Amino acid sequence: MTLLKVENLEVYYGVIRALKGISFEVGEGEIVTLLGANGAGKTTTMQSIMGLIHARSGSVTYDGKNITGLPSHKIVRMGMTQVPEGRRVFSELTVYENLLMGAYIEKDKAKIRHDIEEIYSVFPRLDERKNQVAGTLSGGEQQMLAMGRAMMSHPKLLMLDEPSMGLSPLLVDQVFDIIKHFHSTGTTILLVEQNASKSLAISDRAYVLENGAIAYSGTGKELSESDDIKKAYLGG
Amino acid sequence: MEFINTLVNGLNIGVIYAMIALGYTMVYGIAKMLNFAHGDIIMVGGYTIYVFCAMKAASSPAFFFVAIAMAVIVCTLLGVIVEKVAYKPLRGASPLAVLITAIGVSYLLQSLSQIIFKSATKFVSVPELGKVSIGAVSIKVSTIITLVVSIAVMISLSLFVKYSKTGRAMIAVSEDRGAAQLMGINVNSIITITFAIGSALAALAGLFYLLQSPYIYNTFGAMPGIKAFTAAVIGGIGSIPGAMLGSIVLGMIESICDSIAPIAPYKDAIEFSILIIILLVRPTGILGKKRREKV
Repeated sequence: MTLLKVENLEVYYGVIRALKGISFEVGEGEIVTLLGANGAGKTTTMQSIMGLIHARSGSVTYDGKNITGLPSHKIVRMGMTQVPEGRRVFSELTVYENLLMGAYIEKDKAKIRHDIEEIYSVFPRLDERKNQVAGTLSGGEQQMLAMGRAMMSHPKLLMLDEPSMGLSPLLVDQVFDIIKHFHSTGTTILLVEQNASKSLAISDRAYVLENGAIAYSGTGKELSESDDIKKAYLGG
Repeated sequence: MEFINTLVNGLNIGVIYAMIALGYTMVYGIAKMLNFAHGDIIMVGGYTIYVFCAMKAASSPAFFFVAIAMAVIVCTLLGVIVEKVAYKPLRGASPLAVLITAIGVSYLLQSLSQIIFKSATKFVSVPELGKVSIGAVSIKVSTIITLVVSIAVMISLSLFVKYSKTGRAMIAVSEDRGAAQLMGINVNSIITITFAIGSALAALAGLFYLLQSPYIYNTFGAMPGIKAFTAAVIGGIGSIPGAMLGSIVLGMIESICDSIAPIAPYKDAIEFSILIIILLVRPTGILGKKRREKV
């Protein structure tokens, strides 16, 4: 079943056409990767799906409902959220308070407490630092916090925008393990990455974005074996 | 004793500035705009009290509380309406457009009050409160009320922002509006709440001014507005503790100037000079943080 369907999405920044009418789908239970170089339009795609920027034309359908033009806070309530590029944790709030913000749409306090404990069990590091303000965490810890915070709203569809950016190889592996873990608990994943080999390895399907348009698509395996992709994204 | 008087006066002036500066700083932090019509909300609060006190000439203390409550309600509603009508359509517009609109709203409110109440200064029949003596110091009851209420409001506001869900959402929106939306926070309603709180505090400031000197006119809020804005910038605009600290500092400076006869006439010049010096030495204000520019 299709969970997210993007059709002919077109976004302009002033006169610059950042997305030239892209279309793709994410099926329920899938891990789908949107691959592309810097400036290809990956983040723009993510932000327009979430309603953070407005599309000139095209439509976004989530769970059978047309969500084009809806404000972000309503989209989040429908069960979709995003770990934004550059983590964007609330640096003045503590780790614990950041997780609370993640559960903003949840009213049941007992459930929030239980969910926070669960996040702490996935990320023991966050438990150790729960009373520390997020601005003082390392990049890797902030990425863990951003992921934990997003999971607090129990999204059906989790979008991650370059979660491995700026992390050491060891931490990158950890981040991908955690994405797999969230997927195994029933979360559908839409991943935006520059790290092609790692993301294709865990993806069911992938799309390659070039200059604001989808250039290739296929299963993770197909793309990782394609010569064009190898040349452009896998270093030969 | 002179020293204690200066101290108490400074605190008194400072906490009233704080009531106004908090509105400026919260709106700046959360809606990212300078609401230069904020001072005029104080004036509207003052006129509301005037109208209610005039309705019942022999204003009983009990009725005075009704007048205060009405002032708070009227200002809160006005702040929310101004935001909805004048500022919300400009969300995403250039800061200059918003700033000019705010100045326009300020003149609109002043002119409307002049049309309704005429330009002559009005006497407001606030209850006579007298003085109390503590040892050798005698303090006006109105000063005690101002200090106690303001400090209680500041403590409650700090606790609200730190420990309530809405308060934390306010911090989140002020830090990163986009990320806050991804939490499911409705940014527009957080901005509305911010304007409501700021305007309610401005009504209290209007009350405190009338308790000190019971006269009202249409530019009643202009000078306090500018001074409180100065205090918010000195403390670090966008910061709640900064607004409180900046206000107390400015109140103390003003009180010290008042107590020294030769320099008293120049107190405004001195205060604004201190603002300029602080901006030169520390552009972010005393408690202001340098914010990373976001791409």
